[in-house]
Amino acid sequence: MNILSIKDLHATVDGKEILKGINLEMGAGEIHAIMGPNGSGKSTLSYVLSGRDGYEVTKGEVLYKGENLMEMLPEERAQAGVFLAFQYPVEIPGVPTVTFLKQAMNSVRKARGEKELDAFEFKKIMDARLKELSIVNDMVRRALNTGFSGGEKKRMEVLQMAMLEPSLAILDETDSGLDIDALKTVADGVNALRAEDRSMLVITHYQRLLDYIVPDHVHVLAGGRIILSGDKSLALELEAKGYADIVAAAA
Amino acid sequence: MNTMTDAGLLRDYEAHAATLPGAGSGWVDGLRKGGVHRFEGLGLPTRRVEEWKYTDLRTLASDPFGFADETTADVSIPDMDLGAEPYRAVFVNGRFHAGLSDLSGMPEGVVALPLAQAMQDSKAFLESYLGRIAMLGRRHFVALNTAWLADGFTLYVPDGMTIERPIELVFIGATGDTRAAWHPRNLFVLHPGAQATIVERHIGETGTYLANTVTEIVLAAGSRLNHFKLQDEAADAFHIATTQVHASADAVYENFSLMTGSSVARNQIGIELQASGSSCHLNGAYLGRGKQQLDTTTLIDHAAPDCKSTEIYKGALDERSKGVFQGRIVVHKDAQRTNGHQSNKALLLSNKAEIDAKPELEIYADDVVCSHGATVGELDEHALFYLRARGIPLEDARGLLIDAFVDGAIDEISNLAIREAFRSHAKAWQGGNS
Repeated sequence: MNILSIKDLHATVDGKEILKGINLEMGAGEIHAIMGPNGSGKSTLSYVLSGRDGYEVTKGEVLYKGENLMEMLPEERAQAGVFLAFQYPVEIPGVPTVTFLKQAMNSVRKARGEKELDAFEFKKIMDARLKELSIVNDMVRRALNTGFSGGEKKRMEVLQMAMLEPSLAILDETDSGLDIDALKTVADGVNALRAEDRSMLVITHYQRLLDYIVPDHVHVLAGGRIILSGDKSLALELEAKGYADIVAAAA
Repeated sequence: MNTMTDAGLLRDYEAHAATLPGAGSGWVDGLRKGGVHRFEGLGLPTRRVEEWKYTDLRTLASDPFGFADETTADVSIPDMDLGAEPYRAVFVNGRFHAGLSDLSGMPEGVVALPLAQAMQDSKAFLESYLGRIAMLGRRHFVALNTAWLADGFTLYVPDGMTIERPIELVFIGATGDTRAAWHPRNLFVLHPGAQATIVERHIGETGTYLANTVTEIVLAAGSRLNHFKLQDEAADAFHIATTQVHASADAVYENFSLMTGSSVARNQIGIELQASGSSCHLNGAYLGRGKQQLDTTTLIDHAAPDCKSTEIYKGALDERSKGVFQGRIVVHKDAQRTNGHQSNKALLLSNKAEIDAKPELEIYADDVVCSHGATVGELDEHALFYLRARGIPLEDARGLLIDAFVDGAIDEISNLAIREAFRSHAKAWQGGNS
């Protein structure tokens, strides 16, 4: 059974159809990249999959591990192992990052029928992950994402992913706003989390991220549909020719 | 509500007054008479009275209140960790309860007594202050309180003395099925350089009662009073509190009020910064649900130069609850180099909740720095989604954001142990436990 199966997915935002029949199958452990020009529906797809309000599915279905993902609340999706790394992580003043991380982990564990972690057990896990990802302790003592640099925010997303151990990670334009060094650091973190039972859907405008997070499959999204699929060489072709040519050729 | 009413609050006054502490001693009788006279003239305020425009007292005025006699009712006081072991004075239905109180070990020279006893033991002291700070004026509830003046807490701290342990004043409502009213009267006098910390807790499990408290505070030069108040009255209770402070040179008054209880509450604080270098920090949080009305009214008089006042209030209002914030700052002509800052922020958690905020600055001096800000908002949808996308259920996500918001006010409490005690009370409110 595929981890994610999207069939003829249509979705509207404010009554306007953005996704116009997406089909996508992802196997366990696979990395798929979705590339596309601005306005093609990339972010809409990530929000539809994670359950954000205001995105209405009008047709089609999305199965996650065989379950109807669209019927689940956002928190239920996360508890079931779907993780969205946000393009713009939200600053939440007043909520200490540590408090948030512990509550997130315990919410997920509770929903999975696992024992909740006490402060000591939690800290042990957090410290181990911080070390693996070379993140300084100072970051988790601050209010969540508040005043973080672009790079810090993206690393915080990776840290959360590492702690919540999802089966399906959706990386929404993780490269946006990062310089090359920050991009490498974040990509290293993501690569460290590659696993046989973890699939990743990497959404990006630019090919450069895919130099570091090498995908098994590349799909081109344009006008709300996947118009072309291929292996990682497709990304290089896009980089060389630009979206306009590829989109025109596929039409 | 055009006609004035007194909700039977002076019913059988003569008969009951004869039983009150200090009855028959000329000056107490005189003080009470003044209150009676004034309340007869004023009655309960209607919304036509400007200062009461936003808080609706119709449920208070609808049925008469009886007289709350001394009680032997069984009461329990929930634990609250204030750090150091506090001195404790407990008042049940407005009357001192010796069995639940422990004021032993007060430093030599301090006077810490129930008012009823002070009327006998410290008459001259009382005469110099009582009724001289909280003037009757057009204050309906001060007049009513004065008419029924019976008990409360009296504190005098002599020159340069610091009372290290907090003084905990617990006011408990235990009226059962009777609709009754009582009127605690507190007096705190700190002589030059004295310091004290007072924690008031107003609690009650059931009952439709009116707790109408008046607190008069005199801070002599260089003294400091840390005054924290938790209002967690019974759900059907009415809580009206009037605090009036006179601050002399370099005196510091800190107040934090956390309101979660009662059906209708008004927390009114007036400060006169009378001499240069005095300052006040008025902060608080009001957390409402159901049909609660929670009113915070502050009046700061900058009457002298080089004084400072700050105010930070935060309200979280759910369901059909209503918050009121009236904050008036008056800077008198000679009060040059005044520094006054006021902020009230309300979070509406339901589309039926309401906040009325009325900041007022009246400035007659020309060299001042004053600001006020009032904001109203809702929970940030983006933040909620972000938290839920990490597996945190909606209710818990809301809880995290509300905590973060309220913490912004609670963090102003200077005493760390009391800050944490108030923080956990605010958190418990979220779970519907307060």
